[in-house]
Amino acid sequence: MKTLKKINSIDELNKTVEAEIQRRRSEKRPILTVSAGTCGQARGSLKVIEALENVVEEKNLKDKVKINVTGCHGFCEAEPNIIIHPHNVFYQHVQNKDAEEIISDTILNSQIIERLLYSDHATGETAQKEEDISFYKKQMRLVLGDNSLIDPTEIADYLSIGGYRSLSKVLSTMTPEAVIDTIKQSGLRGRGGAGFPSGNKWALTRGAKGEKKYIICNADEGDPGAYMDRSLMEGNPHRVLEGMIIGAYAIGASQGYIYIRDEYPLALKHITLAIQQAEQLGLLGENILGTGFNLKIHISKGAGAFVCGEETALIASIEGKVGTPRQRPPFPAVRGLWKSPTNINNVETWGNVPIIIDKGAEWFSQIGTNGSKGTKIFSLVGKINNTGLVEVPMGITLREVIYDVGGGIPGGKGFKAVQTGGPSGGCLPKEKLNLPIDYESLTEAGSIMGSGGMIVMDENTCMVDVAKYFLNFLRDESCGICLSCREGTQRMWEIVKNISEGNGKAGDIELLDTLAKAVKDASLCGLGQTAANPVLSTLRYFRDEYEVHVRDKRCPAGVCKELIQYSVLEDKCTGCLACLKVCPSEAITGELKEVHIIDPSKCIKCGACFEACNFDAIQIE
Amino acid sequence: MQQIEVSEIMSLIKTHPIEKKSLIPILQDIQTKYNYLPGIALTTLSKTLDIPLIDIIGVATFYRSFSLQPRGEHLVTVCMGTACHVRGGPKILEEFERKLHIEAGETTKDGQFSLETVACLGCCAIGPVVVVDGHYHAQTTIRNVVSILKKYKKNEKNDENTQEN
Repeated sequence: MKTLKKINSIDELNKTVEAEIQRRRSEKRPILTVSAGTCGQARGSLKVIEALENVVEEKNLKDKVKINVTGCHGFCEAEPNIIIHPHNVFYQHVQNKDAEEIISDTILNSQIIERLLYSDHATGETAQKEEDISFYKKQMRLVLGDNSLIDPTEIADYLSIGGYRSLSKVLSTMTPEAVIDTIKQSGLRGRGGAGFPSGNKWALTRGAKGEKKYIICNADEGDPGAYMDRSLMEGNPHRVLEGMIIGAYAIGASQGYIYIRDEYPLALKHITLAIQQAEQLGLLGENILGTGFNLKIHISKGAGAFVCGEETALIASIEGKVGTPRQRPPFPAVRGLWKSPTNINNVETWGNVPIIIDKGAEWFSQIGTNGSKGTKIFSLVGKINNTGLVEVPMGITLREVIYDVGGGIPGGKGFKAVQTGGPSGGCLPKEKLNLPIDYESLTEAGSIMGSGGMIVMDENTCMVDVAKYFLNFLRDESCGICLSCREGTQRMWEIVKNISEGNGKAGDIELLDTLAKAVKDASLCGLGQTAANPVLSTLRYFRDEYEVHVRDKRCPAGVCKELIQYSVLEDKCTGCLACLKVCPSEAITGELKEVHIIDPSKCIKCGACFEACNFDAIQIE
Repeated sequence: MQQIEVSEIMSLIKTHPIEKKSLIPILQDIQTKYNYLPGIALTTLSKTLDIPLIDIIGVATFYRSFSLQPRGEHLVTVCMGTACHVRGGPKILEEFERKLHIEAGETTKDGQFSLETVACLGCCAIGPVVVVDGHYHAQTTIRNVVSILKKYKKNEKNDENTQEN
């Protein structure tokens, strides 16, 4: 890391930002922007970067092209992907062997390489530019959009897109009260799950008695299937930091913590580096920009406990204790970390703050619906064509997100349900596809906004199995303090497990329903209070599927192992031996070019044959 | 098993402020260094930070990332996130269990592999995901479980960024 010169005043910061903006504008070279978030790296983006760098080096083209390594561009399905600025040409599934061609054809001769372009799942049409791709068209990438413009390990890059200008505005022209009013007027609500109005929370902490106050960034993104916070920290850590610094000024906090999941090594690395750089520049530390305002931000690494996403459990964990929640009130705003007033917001919430300050509360509050303002980032995953992180204005319908942005369900399969809100959320059926996405609508429908996981399920997904999955997760993650949650999640899991194994009996479904409501009513924290949602929502919309499992001992989706059988379709089997070779239990017999047979007594239902068969000759029923 | 000296543990503890709130960060460092929390480390920590041993054990067993048993040379982590689940993650886990002859949470007798699950790695687009020693294997199938294991069995100093498609 290069040493940065300390900035001593707001005026100096403004000049530095202006100089960096000019530097960006004066860049005449085309820029190859390679996404290298965790997903990108797992798909080989580091090799692509190395290959591109080698070509540039060999051909001595440093003054002809710039390679920019950035965080995630959101379109995970297309990883590794490259965006070529200034024309935004978008190449997907790039491999290291493509490097030479990209440089010689596209960079030097302005020729598009057709095979690397994205082609639409529905129409088959290729799209040249990022903005022509259906995945991006309906999005409004306020918070995530800058990921593809900056190198997250360089604070100068953040400055060059006007970064820390909001901080400058706050420190030079706004009182803490005015900042809080702006956040209140914007209508920003917590993006971590519950949707509490952020401005009100800040005001409570500011107004609470106590000399020392804390702010915390909740980066313990534990919902399985949600990773927007990881992506923001990896790809634009300074946006989160800037939000926190503004918040600390408004609240009157001098100490801050970022509580980050241990499972996110790259995010941890980038946010740690960002703190160091901000300290060197004088944007964090003592007497920030000569204003007398002090803020120290610490990192606290999580140790793998889902319940620590709950604010009181998170505080206990930072204090070095077992991460169990406690009764509220008193709320952390009054009595939080080390018994001092503490304001906790989620990563995405903090990331919205600089934008609101920059563009104004009125501008922000025009986006979204009456009760839910701004945008929300969702991780659109599961059985969906365009998997990725999507940022959409509140109020957009589920259908638009799943079909227009997400490109629908792969393999021509039918849509069955979408699961939102993680283990605390619920599964919504086809009839709810026209539901506008906002806090209230989702809650009314029996799910929640949550942190923004959106898992799409097709006709081959069994809803009893999904309920079982979440219950297994929750019984494992229940901290054990409340009997209702500790025993309730366990018993619900046992009942659903029995049903999925064909051992369900009459009355089980009713018992499950009663138990679910009891767990909801009697538990202390959010984990327990919402633990029943996966059960209640699947019972509400997919009760018939439970009934078929109980009554007919059948799994219509072909998922529940004990209720299904694998067999070979004689008319489709070509006798290629592929399934026979992969069967781990030697349950398949047959000769080359003859129909194979599966012995059900030996079959362990692992699915290897189904996966190996190229002729759809393996049947599950 | 390697002999661990108190002085080793002490020098690790001393990189943190000697106060109660340092407990979790110190445990994390010990876990990273030894791949588990040796008994001697916990007793040393108890004395140094003046925290009853029972409370340290409480913390060590509450959080998933700590282990009181030595882990294997290679750590195989199978993602059990929702997106991986609907794409067949559990079947991948079962295949690892069959091939390694252990269950999730256990270590092979020869000490080569530990098999664990994680609630979500946040790489849902490329699921089912398996991570071995920090290297991500994308879109794993039942069939390439064997080839993943082979890679680490044979060539133990494999530090390539892996791609399995």
